[in-house]
Amino acid sequence: MAKGIRDKVVILGMGCTKFGERWDAGSDDLLVESFTEALQDAGIEKKDIQAAWVGIHIDEVNIGKGATYASIALHTQFIPFTRVDNFCASGTEAFRGAAYAVASGACDIALAIGVEKLKDTGYGGLPDSPAFGQEVVMVGPNATAPGMFAQLATAYSAKNKIPMDKLKEAITHVSWKSHQNGAKNPRAHLRREVSKEQIMGAPMVAYPLGLFDCCGVSDGSAAAIVCTPAVAKKIKPNDPLVKVKALQISVSSGEEAMFDRWDGASVITTRTASRKAYKEAGIKNPREEISMMEVHDCFSITELVTMEDLGISPPGGAPEDILSGFFDLDGQIPCQPDGGLKCFGHPIGASGLRMIYEIYNQLLGRWPEDRAVKNPKFGLTHNLGGVPTQNVCSVAIFGVD
Amino acid sequence: MVGISSFGGYVPRYRLNRMIIFGSMGWLNPVIITNARGEKAVANFDEDSVTMAVAAGMDCLRGVDRAGIDAVYFATTTAPYRERQNANIVAGALGARDEIRSADFAGSLKSGTSALLSALEFVACNGGRAVVCAADSRLGKMASTQEMVFGDAGASVMVSDQDVIAEYKGCFSVSHDFVDHLRGANTKYNRMWEERWIRDMGYAKFIPQAVQGLCDKYGLNPADFDRIVYPCIYGGARKKINGLLQAEPEKVQDDMLATVGDSGSAHPLLMLTAALETAQPGQKILLVSYGSGCDALWFEVTDNIASMQDGRGVSRWLARRADLDNYQKYLVWRGMAPAETGIRGETDKETRWSLVWREHKTILGLWGGRCRKCGTQQVPMQRICVNPDCQALDEMDPVYLADKGGKVFTYTGDMLAASVSPPAVYGNVEFNGGGRMLMDFTDCTVEDLSVGMPVDFSFRVKFYDPKRDITNYFWKAIPATGEVK
Repeated sequence: MAKGIRDKVVILGMGCTKFGERWDAGSDDLLVESFTEALQDAGIEKKDIQAAWVGIHIDEVNIGKGATYASIALHTQFIPFTRVDNFCASGTEAFRGAAYAVASGACDIALAIGVEKLKDTGYGGLPDSPAFGQEVVMVGPNATAPGMFAQLATAYSAKNKIPMDKLKEAITHVSWKSHQNGAKNPRAHLRREVSKEQIMGAPMVAYPLGLFDCCGVSDGSAAAIVCTPAVAKKIKPNDPLVKVKALQISVSSGEEAMFDRWDGASVITTRTASRKAYKEAGIKNPREEISMMEVHDCFSITELVTMEDLGISPPGGAPEDILSGFFDLDGQIPCQPDGGLKCFGHPIGASGLRMIYEIYNQLLGRWPEDRAVKNPKFGLTHNLGGVPTQNVCSVAIFGVD
Repeated sequence: MVGISSFGGYVPRYRLNRMIIFGSMGWLNPVIITNARGEKAVANFDEDSVTMAVAAGMDCLRGVDRAGIDAVYFATTTAPYRERQNANIVAGALGARDEIRSADFAGSLKSGTSALLSALEFVACNGGRAVVCAADSRLGKMASTQEMVFGDAGASVMVSDQDVIAEYKGCFSVSHDFVDHLRGANTKYNRMWEERWIRDMGYAKFIPQAVQGLCDKYGLNPADFDRIVYPCIYGGARKKINGLLQAEPEKVQDDMLATVGDSGSAHPLLMLTAALETAQPGQKILLVSYGSGCDALWFEVTDNIASMQDGRGVSRWLARRADLDNYQKYLVWRGMAPAETGIRGETDKETRWSLVWREHKTILGLWGGRCRKCGTQQVPMQRICVNPDCQALDEMDPVYLADKGGKVFTYTGDMLAASVSPPAVYGNVEFNGGGRMLMDFTDCTVEDLSVGMPVDFSFRVKFYDPKRDITNYFWKAIPATGEVK
């Protein structure tokens, strides 16, 4: 009986670039930047890495297909290097590749790296692409990501009989809180606090989501070097070690898009992946046991429904939890302590690894007091790709031993 | 007995008050004030002659088993394709079988009645059912008379040898190379010769000529007709013709110029549709078209008429209206002025015809599947049933969903998506009978919508590829237009 990878993989080192409008840096520069930091943090040399995975979604921009762009940018010396794409969860998928390689015993040390250079697309938001196949081009709606996620709000409002202005108040708090946190983070793209009035009064992007309900559009890269616990003890004999406690991915079955059971106000894959992750990590009551979360707040409403889908808030209870400050930096479970996608923006391939970077550093107590989570035990990352009707969700849990 | 067994109309939702055109363009051509009465119907940005023909056809085919259709004819002077059978797009959308006859009728404004005559002759020879759909969306240049007069609409009649509501009694045609209006093969805008000539030597001569020919052929007198249906864009000519036909005003069908405008190939049939909505058993109907000659057709209304006077036809579409409040929007929607739709508006979407053919039932007819094992309805058709508790392999029966209606499940209005009518409104729709689909909404604003609200489906232009001159179609959801009795 398979037991998962709990405690079989250690994060030896991580790197993360400054996210933002990196007009002067190409994808190759960003890859080198995050990789160099990860290598230094891990205390190893490049030749010690035995296999690598790179997460990229929009291959058309700078990267092309396959992994040679990344292997050449980093000048790895003929090691296995694989490109993975699973929508916006690509960063966590790269991490999964590296983690599985180590957990299986195929490698001692592996690299997961993600990058995206959105500011070379010319688009506000993500570029149009036939992301769901050519048939969808012929029959699918004239849609964008904010419009797809905005529908969670109309369905949530109808299902829970919460008037839209009340729901808007709650999602406004989501963005307000993330801006508070992001303002403290030198690597975040958007580093300004914003008032709730500004958020509420911003132009509409996709009803009911306004500009501040949407995450930023950024360039960035993040990287993780993982290894077995035995190797980690050899390299860092005296350091606390951040271990993977759970790593689960769930992918849509088509039920959401075509069948009559989904409520439209939740993400089924988040529910599935999180339940499996809690089991893998041995967590019985996530609301009591999880110390902090980095979730996929591509849009404020996504974060709101995620709180329920993760089983942290009770059904219909997320607005109340949010407005009570439960997820604020000084709340019971700080959510997006680094500012989230909201303030980092969403260079797709990098985002999942950027979330892990925050949890990893929080668990090691490396952040200054003003943005440190107190005594964290378990940190959770939630990296969602696709749209509510068809998506990929990864939930990972990390702990420090 | 061969004749009309059903009818349907369609007028697009948006209406442009002609004073708005005059207010915008009167500075250039002040004489257009003479035509600045009433309003004209304007196709939405995602409508064209094919989609309006389908809308009228859907209206006509309410309650009709699509498997019983044997021919589909489409008449227009504004077909999107010169090579690709436009009628097959219409037939596919109407859910007709593949084993049918289809044809496009084009080239003149009498193409609508030409198609009708062909349908009548088809049924007389072969029996069965033939559906005629006509629609037009003609353009006049800014500040032209044509711009003032033309309107967009569609009309449809079904011809059959059973359940006839208006028996076909006879016809007489005249054909002339009388070039009053023309468009060359590469021309977008209608061009016309002097209006006095058109009025006096065209309408006022050929319509009486055709009617007289019909009367002579069948031993009739124009006064024998109870309803007289003919298009004419000139009030003066209309008076003269009515006099020649000895037609009392109440017998003459309203020309719909003040409410719709001249809808070209569709117009005689559109007016016929309106006449049939209130026709009484035993009435003799005279239908005359005009354009490069005339077709005159004689129908006699049967006792079956009441069964089809159930709300179908043009009136309910006329009542479903919204003001198009500015002239610039009309220009952009009709492709008369370039508008910036941002980088998303420049996305190159190449049509893959082998895919379109493979999926043509879904794309044209909104066909889904119903699982024989568990009964779950789903769209598009799946090989493996989507029901998690079933998952049967290859157990699907096709099901035509375009006329089923549904309700709103989720929705949004998207300002980021490229659109010439922002915000782009879309969402998840639940089909009556089961199944969901993410689709565009049209003919509504986001404020019009709520979760659970009933919707109908309307065949629309999905996107136009300007690089390859390809118009692609699919179905969109529109707020339900109300139940037909």
